[in-house]
Amino acid sequence: MPQVTFMSFSGTAHTVDVPVGINLMRAATDYDVPGIDGDCGGNCACATCHVFVDAAWEARTGERTAIEHDMLNFAPELRSNSRLACQIIVTEALDGLVVAMPEAQH
Amino acid sequence: MTLDQINNAPIGELDPSSPQHFVNGTELAVFERLRREDPVHWGHSPAIGMGDYWSVTRYEDIMYVDTNPALFSSEPAITLMDFPEGDEQQLKMFIAMDAPKHDEQRKAVAPIVAPTNLVNWEGLIRERTGRVLDSLPRNETFDWVDKVSIELTTCMLATLFDFPFEDRRLLPYWSDIATSIKATNPNALEPEERMAELKKMLGYFTKLWNERVNEPPRTDLISMLAHGPATRNMGALEFMGNLVLLIVGGNDTTRNSMTSGVLALHNNPAEMAKLRVNPKLIDSMVPEIIRWQTPLAFMRRTAVTDTVLGGKQIKQGDKLAMWYISGNRDEAAIPEPNRFIIDRARPRQHLSFGFGIHRCVGNRLAELQLKILWEEILKRFPVIEVMGEPTRVFSSFVRGFTHLSVRLPT
Repeated sequence: MPQVTFMSFSGTAHTVDVPVGINLMRAATDYDVPGIDGDCGGNCACATCHVFVDAAWEARTGERTAIEHDMLNFAPELRSNSRLACQIIVTEALDGLVVAMPEAQH
Repeated sequence: MTLDQINNAPIGELDPSSPQHFVNGTELAVFERLRREDPVHWGHSPAIGMGDYWSVTRYEDIMYVDTNPALFSSEPAITLMDFPEGDEQQLKMFIAMDAPKHDEQRKAVAPIVAPTNLVNWEGLIRERTGRVLDSLPRNETFDWVDKVSIELTTCMLATLFDFPFEDRRLLPYWSDIATSIKATNPNALEPEERMAELKKMLGYFTKLWNERVNEPPRTDLISMLAHGPATRNMGALEFMGNLVLLIVGGNDTTRNSMTSGVLALHNNPAEMAKLRVNPKLIDSMVPEIIRWQTPLAFMRRTAVTDTVLGGKQIKQGDKLAMWYISGNRDEAAIPEPNRFIIDRARPRQHLSFGFGIHRCVGNRLAELQLKILWEEILKRFPVIEVMGEPTRVFSSFVRGFTHLSVRLPT
């Protein structure tokens, strides 16, 4: 299974093995990684699974969609590598992916 | 309507927007039948300005409408009442605007409830909550709504506005006036009187605005509006509408969840026992209380174009009520939805805050206030006795309580 590392805001790494085909928000919440809320259950409708994709992985995780952009637009800290974790589906190509979390989800 | 009528009347006669269902406490029966038999329901309200409207009652359909603003507009209003073009009663507020104007105005106020800012409020909220709880009478019956729920939410709102503290009860007074309209509530003020009171509110806040606009920007909502690039040139009526939005948003919502939690735990003693043993369950109980209560029962959208929803043909211009209270009881989305369970899995997947770009901006502050309230209650009171049935708000929009008699034994 691909490995994904979630870096907490304070710098702690949480590495989990994620089955192919599930989204990163679900991976974090199913494996009790703190810092991802996922209030809407993966509908791209709450922006509480905000992550910053590590520069080395941006090309492989792809661009955010228009709806995703509209939701992230209200994030307290929006960066060019901001994504909603529920919109990133884990594939073999993402083995080793690193994402960082903002200070809190809102 | 009696329960028997709700269950047996021809389905077309069901008007979930009738406040009478909510006062009687029969609204959940209406929605249970609609979800089962007619989940996207065409109904009619006899109230002037309301008329025909769709009721969207299932979780998934509500999520679809809420997350498709290109198909379902928030303009001209987020309640079902319509006013003639140009009527001042149709309040202008950013919740009832589409992008891009909604987005710009929302961004002007959002930082006040951002998580990094909530850290600053926590100590103040806790100190204040403790003080209010310590001042409650012992061994005598009192109204929890007035002494706790209104008091705490009003103090919070006064702080957010940096509003003169001694005048803070004006805020729930104005909030009640704003949400009570004569066409649906016989006890409401006449339209001219209502507008006159809202203009007084505008006058009071305009004074605060004028003081703050000439001072350096501060962190209260009025200063943020007065200095924000998207809001500093608002007209008076738009300022008034946005004030109503912020006051109602901060008042009628958390207030009713603060009362609802007391009732829900009283009616579910096993859950109360779990909580006493493990106070950490407050974290998952808070969203469960917000789901259970659903203090705003619905939000309205208006169809931008002809479309199909749940097999029904929706016409451009049709009004739709997304009944969050119904979606929050939909067993297709929430296991055992009619049970109050303080340690549910994924408790935040409720609809009470809405979803999509209009999702409640104050959601994390609301949760923080409720969390602190319950932490401080558990420290102080081994039991809160509920002394009688609550009375409910005469509204199908604000789902809440006007009175709850309780007693704190020593």
